[in-house]
Amino acid sequence: MLRDITLGQYYPANSVLHKLDPRVKLAGTMVFIVSLFAFRSAEAYIGATLFLAAVIRISKVPLKFMLKGLKSIIFLMMLTVVFNLFLTRGTVVFRLGFLAVTEEGIETAVFMAIRLVYLIIGSSVMTLTTTPNDLTDGLEKAMRPLGKVRVPVHEIAMMMSIALRFIPILLEETDKIMKAQMARGADFESGGLIQKAKNMIPLLVPLFISAFRRANDLAMAMEARGYHGGEGRTKMKPLVYRGRDKIAYLLLLLYLVLMFLVNRIGFFAGLI
Amino acid sequence: MAIRIEHLNYIYGAGTAFEKHALRDINLDLPDGQFIGMIGHTGSGKSTLIQHLNGLLKGTSGAVYYNDKNIYEEGFEMKRLRSRVGLVFQYPEHQLFEADVFTDVCFGPKNLGLSKEETESRAYEALRLVGLKEKYYKVSPFELSGGQKRRVAIAGILAMNPEVLVLDEPTAGLDPKGRDDILDQVAKLHEEKKITVILVSHSMEDVARYVERIIVMNKGQVMFDDAPRKVFQHYKELEAIGLAAPQVTYLMHGLQERGWKVPADATTVEEAAGAIIEYLQKS
Ligand SMILES: Nc1ncnc2c1ncn2[C@@H]1O[C@H](COP(=O)(O)OP(=O)(O)OP(=O)(O)O)[C@@H](O)[C@H]1O
Ligand SMILES: [Mg+2]
Repeated sequence: MLRDITLGQYYPANSVLHKLDPRVKLAGTMVFIVSLFAFRSAEAYIGATLFLAAVIRISKVPLKFMLKGLKSIIFLMMLTVVFNLFLTRGTVVFRLGFLAVTEEGIETAVFMAIRLVYLIIGSSVMTLTTTPNDLTDGLEKAMRPLGKVRVPVHEIAMMMSIALRFIPILLEETDKIMKAQMARGADFESGGLIQKAKNMIPLLVPLFISAFRRANDLAMAMEARGYHGGEGRTKMKPLVYRGRDKIAYLLLLLYLVLMFLVNRIGFFAGLI
Repeated sequence: MAIRIEHLNYIYGAGTAFEKHALRDINLDLPDGQFIGMIGHTGSGKSTLIQHLNGLLKGTSGAVYYNDKNIYEEGFEMKRLRSRVGLVFQYPEHQLFEADVFTDVCFGPKNLGLSKEETESRAYEALRLVGLKEKYYKVSPFELSGGQKRRVAIAGILAMNPEVLVLDEPTAGLDPKGRDDILDQVAKLHEEKKITVILVSHSMEDVARYVERIIVMNKGQVMFDDAPRKVFQHYKELEAIGLAAPQVTYLMHGLQERGWKVPADATTVEEAAGAIIEYLQKS
């Protein structure tokens, strides 16, 4: 039951996108999001759609998984659409009681919906094709310059990767403890708020004890293997840009330029 | 009060990239009062299967009947089933949470809505049955040894007076004495309270001494389901799936190959010794 909540829902597959350097994918996601918000025209959205479709195709991840992330924002999306639809001033198309739907409102609502959907799918592409560990590695390396101004980049990255590693373990543990207590007649569903909170005690006590024990064991194991912070620490698999990464950067640049042109002078003119 | 399982399948993470078909077409009849051993290699689906017996997992397809009532039917009292089929999990750490042992054992009966007196008398009875010394009743369960924790965990389930007791590897991580103590205790329970006991284990040796029926699991399927001496006849197949028959089975088969006329189906050392002595006296 708890397994349905996935964080960092990596989907293993053998595609170029999976093999790309995580920094490229981070940059790519950023570029895509910027392009969504910077260029506002029907032509630009056609361009973004083509780009997204191509990337999804290359990733070899079934579309079903890409769309899963959308479930969590359906409510937010409806809210945005409704607000934009009714609260934008302009040429009235029709009225619903005291609410007026305008041409501009319809346009904004549609664009906002598309943006939100693309935003979620775009970031899903990254998390689905990159393991959480690669992602933190990429972030650490990308943020390295911040180390010069005394930002503890390595420590932050280490904490992130440990946290990411522990989330599924703790979820699994929670699942097991819940089952063990349900076998003793515990009830985690019914009752009022206070009763519910009380009912959580048989779950939380074993969970915390186990989390502390694990944290303790991990700290011990790290020290036993000579871990002493980031200074002078090398990587087993250092991130190095390869040919495909450079090509990917070029393609991203090309995408930005094309989008800029398309947005300025129309779709077909832009492509020529 | 019997449990019947029909065409049960279970898939973990159905519809995700990590689908795992953990149980395949399981059909079992678990009548009252039996002492059953369930054996299988790591990952063969034992823990998954027993969680279906009290409805903690719901089969992807198939059905489970408790006293001829389908437990997946609308309106079935799941909570009552859980008190009738007691399931002790692999790790006692997953269920101990109270400040002292006695209060922890009271948790189950309290959830059944029993009075304070009834709850406490059941807790005492359960702790006595698992053979935990009285001086530990007021100790924090986290200060106990592994074997003692396991006893408390079993008592926590026994206090609910189940008709079926399912133990998932109750001897994992215990020394030989601790292991024998717990298993002897469980066997005594079976005798005294006439409850059905299902003992999940890796070790044939453990199981052979106590049970009247063995269910062998392999890759999510029931491979053998028979009396121990019958199951051990297939010792070659058992080896092929990473299990082994008890040592005496090998001894008796070895003797047979050398021309000794001894029965090969002895399951315990005592039985084998008796058969060998009998043979030697005759010849
Ligand atoms: N919560 C879960 N999510 C996904 N897969 C699982 C889960 N629990 C078990 N599995 C998988 O299902 C299969 C059966 O697991 P199960 O725990 O039932 O085996 P087992 O026979 O009890 O093994 P062991 O002797 O190691 O306890 C295994 O392949 C396991 O990886
Ligand atoms: Mg198991």
